Amino acid sequence: MLRTLAMGVMVVLAFGLGVAAERGGLLTTLADYREDIRFLAGQHLWLSLGAGGLAIISGIPLGIVLGRLTPARLAVPTLQLVNVGAAVPALALLALVAGLLGVGTAPALLVLWLAALLPIVRNTYTGLRELPESLRDIARGLGMRPLQILLRVELPAALPGVLAGVRTALTVSVGVASLVALIGGGGLGELIFTGIALNDTNLMLAGSIPAACLALGLDALMASLSVWLVPRGIRHQQRATMPP
Amino acid sequence: MIRFAALSKFFDTPDGSVVAADQITLEVPEGHICVLLGPSGCGKTTLLRMVNRLVEPSAGTVFLEERDVRNLDPVPLRRNIGYVIQQAGLFPHLTVEANIGVVPGLLGWDSRRIRRRAEALLEMVALDPALFLRRYPRQLSTGQQQRVGLARALAADPPVLLMDEPFGDIDPLNRISLQDQFLAMQRELGKTVLFVSHDVDEAIKVADRIAILRKGRLEQYDAPDSLLAHPANGFVAEFVGADRTLKRLQLVRVAQAMDPGAPRVRSEDTLERAAELMAEHGYDHIVFVGPRGRARGSLSLALARAERGTCGEFRTTLKTTVNVHDDLRTAVSLMFTHAVTWLACVDDDGFFKGFLTQRRITQVLSEVYQDPG
Repeated sequence: MLRTLAMGVMVVLAFGLGVAAERGGLLTTLADYREDIRFLAGQHLWLSLGAGGLAIISGIPLGIVLGRLTPARLAVPTLQLVNVGAAVPALALLALVAGLLGVGTAPALLVLWLAALLPIVRNTYTGLRELPESLRDIARGLGMRPLQILLRVELPAALPGVLAGVRTALTVSVGVASLVALIGGGGLGELIFTGIALNDTNLMLAGSIPAACLALGLDALMASLSVWLVPRGIRHQQRATMPP
Repeated sequence: MIRFAALSKFFDTPDGSVVAADQITLEVPEGHICVLLGPSGCGKTTLLRMVNRLVEPSAGTVFLEERDVRNLDPVPLRRNIGYVIQQAGLFPHLTVEANIGVVPGLLGWDSRRIRRRAEALLEMVALDPALFLRRYPRQLSTGQQQRVGLARALAADPPVLLMDEPFGDIDPLNRISLQDQFLAMQRELGKTVLFVSHDVDEAIKVADRIAILRKGRLEQYDAPDSLLAHPANGFVAEFVGADRTLKRLQLVRVAQAMDPGAPRVRSEDTLERAAELMAEHGYDHIVFVGPRGRARGSLSLALARAERGTCGEFRTTLKTTVNVHDDLRTAVSLMFTHAVTWLACVDDDGFFKGFLTQRRITQVLSEVYQDPG
């Protein structure tokens, strides 16, 4: 509901901005750079999804391993280490990585991966930790093997949290992907930074508007994907229904 | 059959070793319900969990059907033992059907067989399959969840059932109905059940034998009635409560305590005959029955001696009757409610079956005291 409302407001805003853009010559710029925008948006998306994917396939297992560590206090330092990717400002991280590994796509991916890793690891870790102990106990008591407990009970039950982490990770990664142009990673950042350098507002907007759209679109996609993936029994847990 | 042989369990804690089970030896015969009863921290849950090897003993042995469980692979062992825990522990992301189907699924049953089994089990625990199969745990009340938990434990028809305070979280009214239902099921299924409880009344109601535990030690292992009649020591006596004799009332049915040969009169009998019968049996009241033997009223000895005529003219209506299947606690409660010292006992159709007096109840309770076992 709130979401629809926000969307509505944005559409109106976008319309207003459109009118302003027409007067300022933005539309002409957009048309002129059509090819670049398409190419750079593709690159932007590829970078974000690539880094997000890497973060998913590395972060979820890492979260599981951390969740299993006994005693639990061993998990905390590791989580703090992972936290570095999120705590260090993206720009600083970028400079750091570029200083160590040079420029190009690979260092760009590394930065994005580091930035996206934390939400996934943390959400997987807390998702598993917060499951009631009775769930594991009964799964064991019914005769499930450890891997069956993980795959059939723990992960499905913790899925809402894990997916929320993935969603945050993708948002972060689309955002940071606007910066990697600084180390030759490409993406819509190229237009933005060129615009800044040339003091050309329209060029900046030609980069930032598609970037914003990408972020919103990906987020919406993840939202509907979560609804589709999460089992009905644990969806919207805050609105538990109790029929007579 | 479950047998513990000198079973011990110590837990190492920062404050030193804690004894959860101390040389426990007891045997649960096939088809019996054994309740492990004691205050919290007495080790009853640990004892239960050593059967399906969720906890490994420090010393001693658990035998299941005369086989040492240590020699059995824990995974198949657990699949062959029903397990019910306090908050039902249903998997929130699975439907009722899938929850019940967990163990059959692990055992490789096909989905149609699992569906049929789930339907049959839901019927057994009094939940309509058409309504409940597709529901998720959060759409059920705690009582319903626990029913499903019980159905899940029974899914693969294991011979042994471990129940860890299964009805502990349920409101008193529902708890009683669940206990009744469980007992009715048990009469048909005849499982060997180990049942953890901290509720004396529950234990007395469901148990064939009760094991009283304190700090890991077995204080007494006995049938409920002997336990109440002859507590082995002060702890047991205190734990079962000062009203333990009253609790024994629950264990005896009206049919066992009533006088089935009690006299009765019909409409055409004279008051003189009624007085004679009462004097002969030593009662000061007699039940008046209808033509086919339904309890309809009563006459007192004083009245029968004071008046002349037929019983039909002078009988008064019964204030209350008690069903022969009820327990003595219900009977006593009825007596106090209606301020009477006797009750006419009837069957489900209202036919007069026997006569129950307060004196008779006192006798029944004292009989066991004089004749242990």
